Amino acid sequence: MAENVSSRSTVLATDGLTMYFGGLKAVQDVSVAVREGELVGIIGPNGAGKTTVFNLVTGIYKPTAGDIKLNGESITKLKPFEVTQRGVARTFQNIRLFPELTVLDNVRIAYHRNVHYGLLSAMVRWPSFNREEEQLTEKALDFLDVFGLADRHAEQAKNLPYGEQRRLEIARALATQPSLLLLDEPAAGMNPNEARRLMELINFIRERFHLSILLIEHQMRVVMGICERIYVMDFGELIAQGTPKEIQNNPKVIEAYLGKGVG
Amino acid sequence: MLSRRILLPAAAALAVFVVLQTAISAELLNAYQITILTYACIFVTYALGLNVIYGYNGQFSLGHAAFYGIGAYASALVTKIVFQGNPLSFPLALAAGVATAAAIGYLIGLPILRLRSDYLGIATLGFGIMVKVLFDNADKVIPAMGGARGLTGIPKLTSFAWAFFAAAAAVILVRNLIYSSHGRAIVSVREDEIAADAMGINTTKYKTLAFVVGSGLAGLAGGLYAHLYVFLHPSNFDFLKSVDVLMVVVLGGLGSMTGTIIAAVGWVFLLEGLRIVLPQEFLDWRMVIYPLVMIIVMILRPRGLMGGIELGPLKPGKVVRRLKAALVPASGKEA
Repeated sequence: MAENVSSRSTVLATDGLTMYFGGLKAVQDVSVAVREGELVGIIGPNGAGKTTVFNLVTGIYKPTAGDIKLNGESITKLKPFEVTQRGVARTFQNIRLFPELTVLDNVRIAYHRNVHYGLLSAMVRWPSFNREEEQLTEKALDFLDVFGLADRHAEQAKNLPYGEQRRLEIARALATQPSLLLLDEPAAGMNPNEARRLMELINFIRERFHLSILLIEHQMRVVMGICERIYVMDFGELIAQGTPKEIQNNPKVIEAYLGKGVG
Repeated sequence: MLSRRILLPAAAALAVFVVLQTAISAELLNAYQITILTYACIFVTYALGLNVIYGYNGQFSLGHAAFYGIGAYASALVTKIVFQGNPLSFPLALAAGVATAAAIGYLIGLPILRLRSDYLGIATLGFGIMVKVLFDNADKVIPAMGGARGLTGIPKLTSFAWAFFAAAAAVILVRNLIYSSHGRAIVSVREDEIAADAMGINTTKYKTLAFVVGSGLAGLAGGLYAHLYVFLHPSNFDFLKSVDVLMVVVLGGLGSMTGTIIAAVGWVFLLEGLRIVLPQEFLDWRMVIYPLVMIIVMILRPRGLMGGIELGPLKPGKVVRRLKAALVPASGKEA
């Protein structure tokens, strides 16, 4: 299987990614790669710089040094919305839905970049507007169906229970039609059972939508089951990488998580 | 295509117009009453523009009156100076008012819409004061603008019908905009700008768009205002006028077209109605009564009269439900 993966083309590659906030070294010389169809995890204790890596890849921060390539092209200097338009979607650690909008509208907004009708045809309700609007509504409902949320499409997003908000956020990210999906602690706040079901769902959508997925998690147990490769970060630096098995037995990782002198 | 949900209220609105217009034609209403009715329609257009900017896009503006003034002066100059009072030039003048206000909204929006919340409020406030000072001194560059003496001799071209249909057009256009993908992009910025960015929405573009649309509507209202009162003075467009419209939009409920319409009409009628109801020596109490009414409304309904609520044709379309039925596998119900 290892050969099989390495023969696939690289979707995302960061090269020597470094980010300083003033004198604080948040991320130092991080090089990660995600290949086509791969599910890769970044793990590490709190404050290791995992989310900063996501914010760098999605263009929210501009790196102090280093380069980010998507399908071979540099996206380092792009604005966040341009990065999304190139096919990178993400979810947030502390769920960021459009709270006052309906579940359906949350997903329809993600579809916006595929809309062709102009402002004027929307304002006068030109026939092409109606046709396209119906199509995109239908597609949005299809996405909601996959996540078991179609029945709740008219609900305000803020009224959904926590687990459904998480699912809606993933559905919304998928509606931007990404080739690479970044999930920031998707299982945060879930019990082990819910987390396991979510991971199964993530595996399922990866196959169904032909995605490459990079996911952050700080509970090691959650990612061990589904990730093909794992990067471990601590204090802003990569300290290990490899298959889940290799990671589990890596003394540096054990030290980062449990401290020195254990085992 | 048009459902009863749209047609019935449209017919009702038309009926209201016919009744009022008949009353006007039959001289059942005096000039003062007609002016108030007309002004109410203008105020709806004016406030709706701010609702697009603040209510839907979430960008706090304290300078809306500047665009109202820019539209008023621009259109007044067109009818009075360029066309020497020719009534046929009125549509052109209104268009000029819209275009000027929208263009200046675009130019000023580009730099200041980077700011957020309070800071944007301060910047728009500064812009509003700047424009008022410009109006005050405009006669030094263009004598016809009158400066602090005011601009006189504008032909009276705004009829109730003009104001009514302008407001109706504004309501329809804003409704259609908001319930489109572009409108959802505008609202997504208000809801969570970072998330909107992450969904591929060019937030700068949609903030500018909302600001331009809102400014354009203020410009339209300004043009109508100029040709209703036929006299413009810089103090008509000062900071307090920006506050008035802000209060109406908040009172009606941010992001509610229904609320804006009700609050705008209610506000004009309340202010002027009190003038009729109150005895002469108590007229000054108007400015005590109406803030009291507002305080009471905000206590009883903190999100505004119609916060998050729309009525009739202003509700989001039912397209959704029909399509949901279509999604259900072959029920045989589809027409």
